[in-house]
Amino acid sequence: MLKDVSFGQYYPVDSFVHRMDPRLKLVFLIAYIVAIFLAKNFYGLGACLLVLVLAVAFSRVPVRKVLRSMKGILFLVVFTAVINLFFYRGEEILFSWKFITISKEGIIFSIFLVLRLFLLVMCSSLLTYTTTPVALTDGLESLLTPLKWIKFPVHELALIMSIALRFIPILMDETERIMNAQKARGANFESGGLIKRAKAIIPVLIPLLLSAFRRAEELGDAMDARCYMGSKNRTKYKKLKFGWRDLIGFLLVAALITGVVLLRVYLGATI
Amino acid sequence: MKAIEFRAVDFSYDNGGFAIKKLNFSVEEGEFVAVLGHNGSGKSTLARLCNGLLEADGGEIEIFSMPVSEKKNLYEIRKNVGIVFQNPDNQTVASIVEDDIAFGAENIGLSREEIGERISFALKAVGMEEFRHSTCTRLSGGQKQRIAIAGVLAIRPKIMILDESTAMLDPRGRKEVMDVVTRLNKEEGITVLLITHFMEEALRADRAVVMNRGEIVMQGTPQSIFARHEELETYNLSLPRIGYICNRLRDGGIPVHDTLDEEQLAEEIAQCVLRQSI
Ligand SMILES: Nc1ncnc2c1ncn2[C@@H]1O[C@H](COP(=O)(O)OP(=O)(O)OP(=O)(O)O)[C@@H](O)[C@H]1O
Ligand SMILES: [Mg+2]
Repeated sequence: MLKDVSFGQYYPVDSFVHRMDPRLKLVFLIAYIVAIFLAKNFYGLGACLLVLVLAVAFSRVPVRKVLRSMKGILFLVVFTAVINLFFYRGEEILFSWKFITISKEGIIFSIFLVLRLFLLVMCSSLLTYTTTPVALTDGLESLLTPLKWIKFPVHELALIMSIALRFIPILMDETERIMNAQKARGANFESGGLIKRAKAIIPVLIPLLLSAFRRAEELGDAMDARCYMGSKNRTKYKKLKFGWRDLIGFLLVAALITGVVLLRVYLGATI
Repeated sequence: MKAIEFRAVDFSYDNGGFAIKKLNFSVEEGEFVAVLGHNGSGKSTLARLCNGLLEADGGEIEIFSMPVSEKKNLYEIRKNVGIVFQNPDNQTVASIVEDDIAFGAENIGLSREEIGERISFALKAVGMEEFRHSTCTRLSGGQKQRIAIAGVLAIRPKIMILDESTAMLDPRGRKEVMDVVTRLNKEEGITVLLITHFMEEALRADRAVVMNRGEIVMQGTPQSIFARHEELETYNLSLPRIGYICNRLRDGGIPVHDTLDEEQLAEEIAQCVLRQSI
């Protein structure tokens, strides 16, 4: 089950998208998400999908892998879609039974919602597939530099983020191990009511937390031993540099936003 | 020159009891010293005192004649003393091999080119050049620990302390790491302080030290220590069975060398038998 969570795992190949500047990739991601929410008809979403397909194609990350990032939130997506489908108050009612009504607008809205979530998760996970955590946090640190003026600990925040990303797979493995150990002792995580299941999780959570604290302490020592003294005097191995790839990316994202807005203005909003 | 020197060092954790008691101990530059001792004998405490992760309550600790107790030396001392810990997962900071090795080199403020060179040097030293861009979590235990060593090497320390760095590895991983350490000592001249539970690892050292309850109780060449196995047992340390076999063979007049390697022992016995039958 936990193996499916692939978020935050870098896919090491060399590609057009991998070589783009992490700062711009972050900005593009935000712009892309804005575009998704600016799109109010299927043509607009189609344009977003097209850009995503292009990005995936030029990232050399297997499509299967990108799709797999959906698995973790599939339940959430289906759940919200169904809720919306049943309870959306539309005009044109197709079906009605007790408190459930299905309207045409409801169907359209649900499809929209699913598509948006799909695009959102895909593009975010594409970013983590194509950008090493260090590059990602370097990018974030660089983008947040202005905040240093108000004494905001940008460097520390970025370091915390990269360490968190690094420990996700390790803690996942650990959770699985503890769960298996508890299962061997007769714990049951799959059946019973919500409260019963929540109770079954506690014996997993506590050892997990203890181990996380122990790891944190050891990591702190290891960092100290490797001369870590905060951002003072620290240099960076990877230098961030804009290149022609970033320009192409910029043009593409700019075109997307313009396109989405134009499509909305000329073809009207579906929702 | 003395790389590490402890003079009458005391240390106790906040919850009482001495972890290190009036310890006198020194390591020469270029020496390979193994530290043995059962659980809780103070080995890790000793390691942490060397680079100021812990501060001594009494006595003096010097690294290349620099007192560790002076705060202004701390940075210089940590550049000189690299520590590799037990769990490889808990000492890698970054997800990608190259980024992790860069961490220490970045901390000491090197230029980009220099860091790049140091990464290459460190990866070469541990024999893992082809893994430069790999993800740390995908490596085997032995490989991870070699990356941890590389991460320390990138700072170019003169002293390297390994605190049970092979304890979590399988025999193959253990051998990989030990071979790297031995080579670093012999070829790069790095002073090595090897803390270990495995007696056969101590055999590679120039000198072995046995700790018990925060004190050094035995000292000498690994061979001479292993020969005193009754005494070792009083400190809850026992030789692997093969060590006893060696001792018995020698007592019985078959001049084998001290070894904990079965194949080597078999070879030596065979040689002896052949010689005697001729
Ligand atoms: N963080 C700590 N807080 C309090 N006491 C500690 C701490 N770490 C170690 N001790 C105690 O100090 C003594 C020496 O511990 P140390 O970790 O140096 O032993 P060790 O020889 O490294 O043991 P091991 O083989 O288990 O690693 C032990 O009695 C231990 O219980
Ligand atoms: Mg220890």
